[in-house]
Amino acid sequence: MKTYDAIVIGAGHNGLTTAAYLARAGLDVVVVERQPYIGGATASRELYPGFTYSNCSYVCSLMRPEIMRDLELPRHGLQVIPYDGGVTMTRDGGYIAGYRNHDQNRREIARHSVRDAEAYDYFGAEVMRYCRFIKTMLLTTPPDPASFKPRDLFGLLDVARRFHRLGEEWMYDTIRFWTMSCADFLDQFFESDLVKGHKAGSSIIGTALGPYSPGSAYVLLHHYMGEVDGSIGSWGFPRGGMGAIPGALAKSFQAHGGEIRTGSTVEQIIVKGGRAVGVALTGGVEVMGKTVVSNLDAKRTFIESMAASDLPAEFVHRVKNFKIRGSSGKVNIALDGLPDFPAIPAGCPGRAGDMHVSDSMEYLERGYDDWKAGMWSRQPYLDITLPSMTDPTMVPPGKHFMSVFVQYVPPHLADGEWDDAKRAAFGKTVIDKIAEFSPNFKDLILHAEIRTPWDLENEVGLTEGNIFQGELTMDQLMFNRPVPGYAQYRSPVPGLYMCGSSTHPGGGVMGAPGANAAREILRDMRIKT
Amino acid sequence: MIQPQPYEVQVLETPFHSRTAELCKTNEWSTWSGYTTPDVYTNMELEYFAARNTATLFDISPMTKYAITGPDAGRYLDRLLTRDMAKVNPGRVAYGLWCNDAGMVIDDGTVFCLGENDYRLCSQERHLPWLLDSAIGYEVAIEDITAGIAAVSLQGPTSCAVLKAMGFVGIEELKPYAHAEFQLGGHPLMISRTGFTGDLGYELWIEPAGAGELWDRLMEGGRLHGIRPLGSKALDMTRIEAGFIQAGVEFFPGDLSTRPDRLRSPFEIGMGWLVDFEKGHFIGRRALLREKQTGSRHALVGLDIAGNKPAHHSFIFQGRNKEVGIVTSALWSPTCKRNIALASLRTPYDKAHGLWADVYVHREQKWERIKAPCRVVDKQFFNPPRRWATPAGDR
Repeated sequence: MKTYDAIVIGAGHNGLTTAAYLARAGLDVVVVERQPYIGGATASRELYPGFTYSNCSYVCSLMRPEIMRDLELPRHGLQVIPYDGGVTMTRDGGYIAGYRNHDQNRREIARHSVRDAEAYDYFGAEVMRYCRFIKTMLLTTPPDPASFKPRDLFGLLDVARRFHRLGEEWMYDTIRFWTMSCADFLDQFFESDLVKGHKAGSSIIGTALGPYSPGSAYVLLHHYMGEVDGSIGSWGFPRGGMGAIPGALAKSFQAHGGEIRTGSTVEQIIVKGGRAVGVALTGGVEVMGKTVVSNLDAKRTFIESMAASDLPAEFVHRVKNFKIRGSSGKVNIALDGLPDFPAIPAGCPGRAGDMHVSDSMEYLERGYDDWKAGMWSRQPYLDITLPSMTDPTMVPPGKHFMSVFVQYVPPHLADGEWDDAKRAAFGKTVIDKIAEFSPNFKDLILHAEIRTPWDLENEVGLTEGNIFQGELTMDQLMFNRPVPGYAQYRSPVPGLYMCGSSTHPGGGVMGAPGANAAREILRDMRIKT
Repeated sequence: MIQPQPYEVQVLETPFHSRTAELCKTNEWSTWSGYTTPDVYTNMELEYFAARNTATLFDISPMTKYAITGPDAGRYLDRLLTRDMAKVNPGRVAYGLWCNDAGMVIDDGTVFCLGENDYRLCSQERHLPWLLDSAIGYEVAIEDITAGIAAVSLQGPTSCAVLKAMGFVGIEELKPYAHAEFQLGGHPLMISRTGFTGDLGYELWIEPAGAGELWDRLMEGGRLHGIRPLGSKALDMTRIEAGFIQAGVEFFPGDLSTRPDRLRSPFEIGMGWLVDFEKGHFIGRRALLREKQTGSRHALVGLDIAGNKPAHHSFIFQGRNKEVGIVTSALWSPTCKRNIALASLRTPYDKAHGLWADVYVHREQKWERIKAPCRVVDKQFFNPPRRWATPAGDR
């Protein structure tokens, strides 16, 4: 039987990133994917004739430019188009838009608060300071503070040096920032509740925290530290839908001899003599490899796909307690035309960007209250995008695809588990909410895909439907992600590695966990790149 | 067309001005050959991406245009240009350049063959005296018709779909570097599959009286195809990605130089493929033959530079500190995701070892110097299959 140099479980963007780096280094690599299509949470599928969907993730900013360059993703068809605009519509028919032009943006905020308009620059500078501090850590393996290995000591020294360079005041602020709530953070800058509500959405996306929960300020930063072509914090649409990302990764991987097996579900990771040696697929087929790399989240990898007896008990205990709480759903809609949003004046580019209906901090926090009570938010936070306004390839001319990210949606409901009727009721809540702001919206719907956390778990394989493969809170970041002592992509079992978003630096379509994991694997194999 | 007196108007307006002025929200304009044209309409980055993702309109009316006609027009152009014009038949467009007797480039441009001995030459700079002097002994008329033709460039992956939406039947069959005649609002309209972005695209040529209607019809036809006007700053990004040279940037026009050692031959700007020694006599032939035997002094190369800071005007060094050339055009390429540049290097240079660009970045009151390693690569950084495909695609 053939033995691969490496088997990657899961053809998500991180799994493919790891696979592409390993294949480039000359290894014989196979990726096994449960679904008949690749992409995981970056998949694009045609669910209505002629319409390409971005079924899970829907915008791109965090994907590291270094990875795009290393793996030649543009040559393999990836193009990320930054989008214009963005808007929050208010319940009383007003709006606040975002503009790329600095002074235009300032004047827009000034319609709501003159002070906030100028405070926005201070806010931007503060966020940029944290981005600069954290950016260099994204593509590095987090140093372990409990280790005495020279590599960890040097890594820690480097972090300490850069931390000191921030100066006394910013050092204090940085430490506060990592644990504070989004609301506290925004209160330092802004007075207008609408401006705060407009900005706070980024702090809750994918997170089972409210904007008043400690730790939510960091989640805001997590959404700001990306870039499109050096424009920090800018977001864009991959041309051809999110699936263009795994598509280009797969081409890059295959150009170096990589093999992808779709429709192959891993039942168990095979451990022999204390070492991972392969995977057993549903149907009895075994695939053998010198190395096994899991793109699955920590719980799926260690609890669902392994025998507990192959792992240390303390490790299993910690993985069990790793927080992966589902908090969001997704509604994907094929539209027969462009929906009107009367609140957005003609000429305002609001519809081309991300649209929101959460016009205050309270709106968001009330939504979170529903989640805590085991129901989806009756007044949900919506992140609405119309990528087809930018990308001409997703739908026929004049038609549109609408992606709606919804929060908060619990993985388990207070009145019993999810079923088809509850899914439909959830979908109705979302569609009704959009229709409040768009009178012709319902008439344009050709097809809608409604995805609850339950569907995200079953179809995409994300435990509880958590989009980040584990929450982005301080206790689960850096050297603690996913669990202390195993933050360097290795597991307790030799030959078994992790490359998914459960590892540093966490979720978002970033590719950094995949690239970092590949580097550690090659390091263990003593292959220089 | 009656032009205003020079004292009355400092810069002229193109036939599209009423439309471009309405759309230019930044009020950032530059003068191009005496005409005012927008640098940026709304946002340079978004305009650039429209050119690479959907469709853009760029006013090219200020481009210098000469009508070249008469029984000897074909023979004359064959003498003027370094490439073989005998192969350029009616309905075709040829890109070419012309040199002085020393084989140094005067300018580059496109020649439209409109019919037997009926040509139009479009170039960046004005060269009428040179063109007329080169015509001595030929039965040929050369006339500056710049102000008499309005032209607009429609570029991008959905450009063909825009023309189809306007009702130009069969336009998708037009081959690259070909042109065809149509009608628009009672005006003859020429459409050529040419452009300066290195992508699928067309240029549309009409008499000034039809300009406004042409623009409006294009914007309407492009409504569902993501059309937006393109400023010259975003255009420059696309032409660098395409590896296109520009007069005054990659070379200095040979008839205007005061420093003869600064000029470049076609070989020295990567245009050797446009020199045809087989076709017989042309201006500069002897000198270029000599250069081919003895070697060139310079080479224009594409560079892939480490990091993401564009190496504008950087010196290129080899090894520790041997200066070997300069960057002529630099760009962070948003589509290629590479830090690219066109550079003029002194030959011979060592392709394999130790080239680096000296890049300076100003960050909050401090100049930081980056010694960015670079690699010589193909200077057509961006060259998608859709640019060459016939029939042309819709997106």
